[in-house]
Amino acid sequence: MTPVLEFREVHAGYGPFRALFGVSLALESGRVLALLGSNGAGKTTIARVASGLVCPTQGSVLIDGAEFGGKRPWEFAREGFVHAPEGRSVFGSLTVSENLQLALRFRHKATLSVCIDKAYDLFPRLGERRLQLAGTLSGGEQRMLALARVMVDEPRVLIADELSLGLAPIIVDEVYETLRVIQNTGTSLLIVEQHVGHALAIAETVVMLDRGRVQFDGPVADFASQDAGVPR
Amino acid sequence: MDGFIRAIIQGVPIGGVFALVAVGFVLTYKTSGVFNLAFGGQAFASAALYFKLHVIEEWPQWISLVLSVFVLAPLVGLILERVIFRHLRNASDLARLVVSIGMLVLIPAVMKEILDIATVVKHPVGILPDGLHPYQLFGRYPVSRDEISQVVFAVLAALLLAALFRFTALGLQMRAVVESARMTELAGIRSDRITAFSWALSSTFAGLAGVLIAPRYTTVNETYFFVLVVAGIAAAAIGGLTSLPRSLGGGFALGVTAILLRTYLPQDSIIANQIQPALPFIVLFCVVLFWKDRATVSDPLATVDPPPPSSASDDRGALLTWGTRGFWSVVLGLMAMHALVWGNEFRTTLYTQAVIYAIIFMSVTVFTGIAGEISLCQSSFAAIGAFATMQFADRFGVSVIGGAFIGAMIAALVGAALALPLMRLGGIWLALATLAFALLFESVIVNFDWVGGLVPLPKVPRPLLGTIDFENERTFFVLCVVALLLVAFVVVRVRNGTTGLFLTAMRGSETAIASIGVSRARLRVTAFALSAGIAGLGGGLLGMYSSTISYSSDFGPFIGLFWLVLVVNLSTRTVEGAMQAAAGFVLFPEYILKPLDLGGAYQYIFFGIGAITFARHPEGILEFQKRRSMNSIQRRIDRRSGRSSSSEMPSVDTPTMGTTS
Repeated sequence: MTPVLEFREVHAGYGPFRALFGVSLALESGRVLALLGSNGAGKTTIARVASGLVCPTQGSVLIDGAEFGGKRPWEFAREGFVHAPEGRSVFGSLTVSENLQLALRFRHKATLSVCIDKAYDLFPRLGERRLQLAGTLSGGEQRMLALARVMVDEPRVLIADELSLGLAPIIVDEVYETLRVIQNTGTSLLIVEQHVGHALAIAETVVMLDRGRVQFDGPVADFASQDAGVPR
Repeated sequence: MDGFIRAIIQGVPIGGVFALVAVGFVLTYKTSGVFNLAFGGQAFASAALYFKLHVIEEWPQWISLVLSVFVLAPLVGLILERVIFRHLRNASDLARLVVSIGMLVLIPAVMKEILDIATVVKHPVGILPDGLHPYQLFGRYPVSRDEISQVVFAVLAALLLAALFRFTALGLQMRAVVESARMTELAGIRSDRITAFSWALSSTFAGLAGVLIAPRYTTVNETYFFVLVVAGIAAAAIGGLTSLPRSLGGGFALGVTAILLRTYLPQDSIIANQIQPALPFIVLFCVVLFWKDRATVSDPLATVDPPPPSSASDDRGALLTWGTRGFWSVVLGLMAMHALVWGNEFRTTLYTQAVIYAIIFMSVTVFTGIAGEISLCQSSFAAIGAFATMQFADRFGVSVIGGAFIGAMIAALVGAALALPLMRLGGIWLALATLAFALLFESVIVNFDWVGGLVPLPKVPRPLLGTIDFENERTFFVLCVVALLLVAFVVVRVRNGTTGLFLTAMRGSETAIASIGVSRARLRVTAFALSAGIAGLGGGLLGMYSSTISYSSDFGPFIGLFWLVLVVNLSTRTVEGAMQAAAGFVLFPEYILKPLDLGGAYQYIFFGIGAITFARHPEGILEFQKRRSMNSIQRRIDRRSGRSSSSEMPSVDTPTMGTTS
């Protein structure tokens, strides 16, 4: 079966700074791939290449077997790729409800209000603050807002960067519960996570990175059996 | 009571004009994120074309209107977006402001060159037939058709645009793209189309405003539009630069207040003559002063951009450093010889002028290059220096060199005093406050007898040191060079010393610098005072050089904008940036434009083109070229010495830092 997303010998970076050196990986349809590695390993850059934010300088990015490298983020988005960037990635000058409208409108024109209600169900705190400017929310609430839209989007591929960062443990558990539900509807997941325990609990494949190169690529079981030197 | 009603009815149309500009300005700011001073230039472009087609060529009104407002204006907006501002999407406020000032200069210059309307003496006409036709409001207050059209369009536009932003998906997307084009794209929205539409829309509005407003003036002249834009900005500032209804209200309030002041203030008093015309600037200054800075929103995906390059000279090898220094010593030596020995007296005065401007421009190096802030009133500081030198020499018989130092001190004090109320402000707001100060200085302060209001203005003598008479152009040149070296020494010491380090750190994070116990206030005041002092000293020298101070042609606010853009274009970090900007400012018209027989307008056109180039290299054109030539020379050196090509700048073989991992 053709992987929904495939990297072949991808090099990428930021101006003179290079972050990826010939990374190859494949995400099968409906599966969960976890990217692991220490700070500066290149995890976020892979996530960004997978959503078009960063263009590879060499190598190919394939979607359903077709070359997609060099395309713009909106083209990735229209292929059903949804990226939740790390940190407080919200529009600070828009209200909570406007943030959701903007993010969901393109793919869910007909069912927009249903989707937004679903987001409020998932994170009731957001429902209480729907008319507040997103920039004035607390760090955790902004993270919730960033997640809310991708959680209800029902994408083909969900790219989630540091999901658990800045969230209370109980909410992290809920978020991972929701991820499992999303995956069961057929969504493929590309998860970047420093919290290895969470990632391994949901992942089927693991790609371990070190300084921009792949150190390990294989099923979770193999990864767990060999001592890859990863702190659990 | 009758006078009151009359004042209000007279004030509303003027307010309508302010409101029209304010609404357009807010539209541009909201949809492009650019503090677009070029708005005045865009308004002028359409007004000029309409004037050319309808008034001069006598085409029908509606064809002229369509071509100037609905064809030319959006076209200008699209070109601005495609050629320039697209590349500046993630650049600093400073870079975008500078480029928009460049466009403010370039667009009218190009239009005037194409349309050839400068010499036409005809009155502009509005968009309605028989626009001057008076209606009697309540039977006794005359209002013209043009005035009614201005008010109606201002109100309608504010309502429609507010509805666009509040109720439509397009409006939402336009606001989102300004904040982060990338995040908008992640939602599947084509940000480039949204941006292009935004620019076309706001530019159309600028054009419409220009055509509607033109009949207020006796002729179509870009300076009117510039001043008008500042008044519009005052009204827009009342609306916090983002609220359309509040900007509309601000515009009307401003117009009515101006007329009320004229009606009720005693005639011929200083207040009536000076405060009333300066009202928009006073309002702007006060609004900015009491503005509560909301948390600025930044692009959460900004780390996708490569980090800005470090200063080219920091990456230079020792051999190349000494080579460069030797090269420039020889060049400067030759220029000095040319000025002192080989050239005629005219050449000497030209070089002197360049040296003086280099001193003034170094005030930009301090304030913008080191402190990272934008001041649009450097020309006022220079004027303070010049006038102080003149006054002290004329009234108290102080020697001019002493006068110049006192002038520099006074300028520094004014700078420090200005820094205190503006302490909280940064970026655009600081730029606005300083622009308001520059305009206030021009319309009020200059006219006082103890500044520059005396008629005739006393002459500034040349200094006399012992037996050395600086009446001689060559000795005066030497004096200016000495002053330049002193200032350059101070600037370099400050930049490389602790103050420079703290100021650079403060650009990164004001909170962080406060957290390590450094006083922000003191740093701010120091930067302001030093920069103003340098400008003041340069101003004093410029006064001595020309002996009669001509404020409007040497120190006007517009000139100050020109200076800033020139220096920023080349390089703000380095002393040689200021020197080359000065050389360009003085020598370019003389040695390039004159031999080519190009008119003065071409200076502005080349200047604007420079700003476009800058858009591609926000670190400064000079800095960019330096890095490029440095790289190629370094490669050659390495090849000679048989080493492998060592460093093409930071070609990092190890991956990047954690933030972009």
